[in-house]
Amino acid sequence: MSFTTGNADLKKSMQAAALIGIGIMAGIDEIIFHQILSWHHFYDHSTPEIGLLTDGILHAAELLAIVAGFFWLLDLRRSQSLSKPRARAGFFIGLGGFQLFDGVVDHKVLRVHQIRYVDNLLPYDLTWNIAALLLLLIGIYLWRRTVNQERTQMALS
Amino acid sequence: MQPHAHHPTGSSFFDWIPILIVVGIALVYVYARLLNNKKSKGSNWSLGRSISFLLGISLLCIALTPTITTWGHADLRGHMVQHLLIGMFAPIFLVLGAPITLALKVAPVKVARTVTAIFKTPLFRILSHPFIALLLNMGGMYILYLTPLYNQMLSKPYLHAVMHIHFLMAGYLFTWSIIGSDPVPYRSSFTTRKFILFISIASHAFLSKFMYAYLYPQSSPHAAEQIQEAAKLMYYWGDLSELLLTILLFTSWYQSRHPFPAKLTPITP
Repeated sequence: MSFTTGNADLKKSMQAAALIGIGIMAGIDEIIFHQILSWHHFYDHSTPEIGLLTDGILHAAELLAIVAGFFWLLDLRRSQSLSKPRARAGFFIGLGGFQLFDGVVDHKVLRVHQIRYVDNLLPYDLTWNIAALLLLLIGIYLWRRTVNQERTQMALS
Repeated sequence: MQPHAHHPTGSSFFDWIPILIVVGIALVYVYARLLNNKKSKGSNWSLGRSISFLLGISLLCIALTPTITTWGHADLRGHMVQHLLIGMFAPIFLVLGAPITLALKVAPVKVARTVTAIFKTPLFRILSHPFIALLLNMGGMYILYLTPLYNQMLSKPYLHAVMHIHFLMAGYLFTWSIIGSDPVPYRSSFTTRKFILFISIASHAFLSKFMYAYLYPQSSPHAAEQIQEAAKLMYYWGDLSELLLTILLFTSWYQSRHPFPAKLTPITP
């Protein structure tokens, strides 16, 4: 924990916000696609047992991620070491990174479930993963921009 | 196999005994609170803790009403509602009520000393370790739903009582090992508690999806759809209780990170 006030903890700000991003994307998946649209099945009969097990582990990790990230961010803010631009970048990287992971590993590699149960899945998979990449790219762009701004500030001071 | 039913027509006095015991515990708590406030003038027992404890008691009472009990004996969904209330939600509020701390405050010195001595024993230290508490809590669920024990229970009333008591005690022990605030000589680190909570969430999510997928408890008198609905209840509501537990664990972490309250400035040399 850094006690130096006014000196933002850049790495931690990003990590904490990324955790929230991961948790929120997992929550969106759970609430919108499972509950509201019912596109995903609660359990898909082609899911292998190992998929069921990893699903449980991932679920626990997501739940802890959102709570941990939130409290971590609160703690950084209280000790005045929160960098907001970094947190914003981290948040988008978390959102996009998780969605991409979900789209590639969960849906395709582990085959826990599919996006929607239709004959032609390709448009859904493409939309899902392209949206994920976009979010990830926004995050990386924000990150690069922040790093540049930090460098200029360092050079000025 | 016919599901067991006590009294098909109306409820008798005996059906209310569990609730009477639970209400009795609540009365002891309230009495202890009054006694404490009288004994230590000025430092009153927290109202929040009292409300939380009584909320936990109310959840237990709801779960133990004859109507719910009859439903729980015949229908797996009813059983699951009871399990969630008794084993997962009620323990959170009961633990937040810190009944052991309150008991230690008002009990005669001799009794308090004995209790503290028990806390110092290796057996207590082992039992209260989050990992052992997790085994007792989750292990109990795995054994109940994945072995023929569940069907046994349907035909034997005493097993029903044992199961509810086990759910409550194991649930309390586990919750206490994660967020308990009573004064004990040894407590597991935040990292250990966080890790064990992670395992608990994962194994609960896995068990409920497994039950949904392979229709456990197997060869029970329940229809497949009923088992799946019960498994969904277990998954989502169990999740909510564990989310609550996670938030409480991190709240205590957040508070412990700042030894000085915000208004006080630390002394600088």
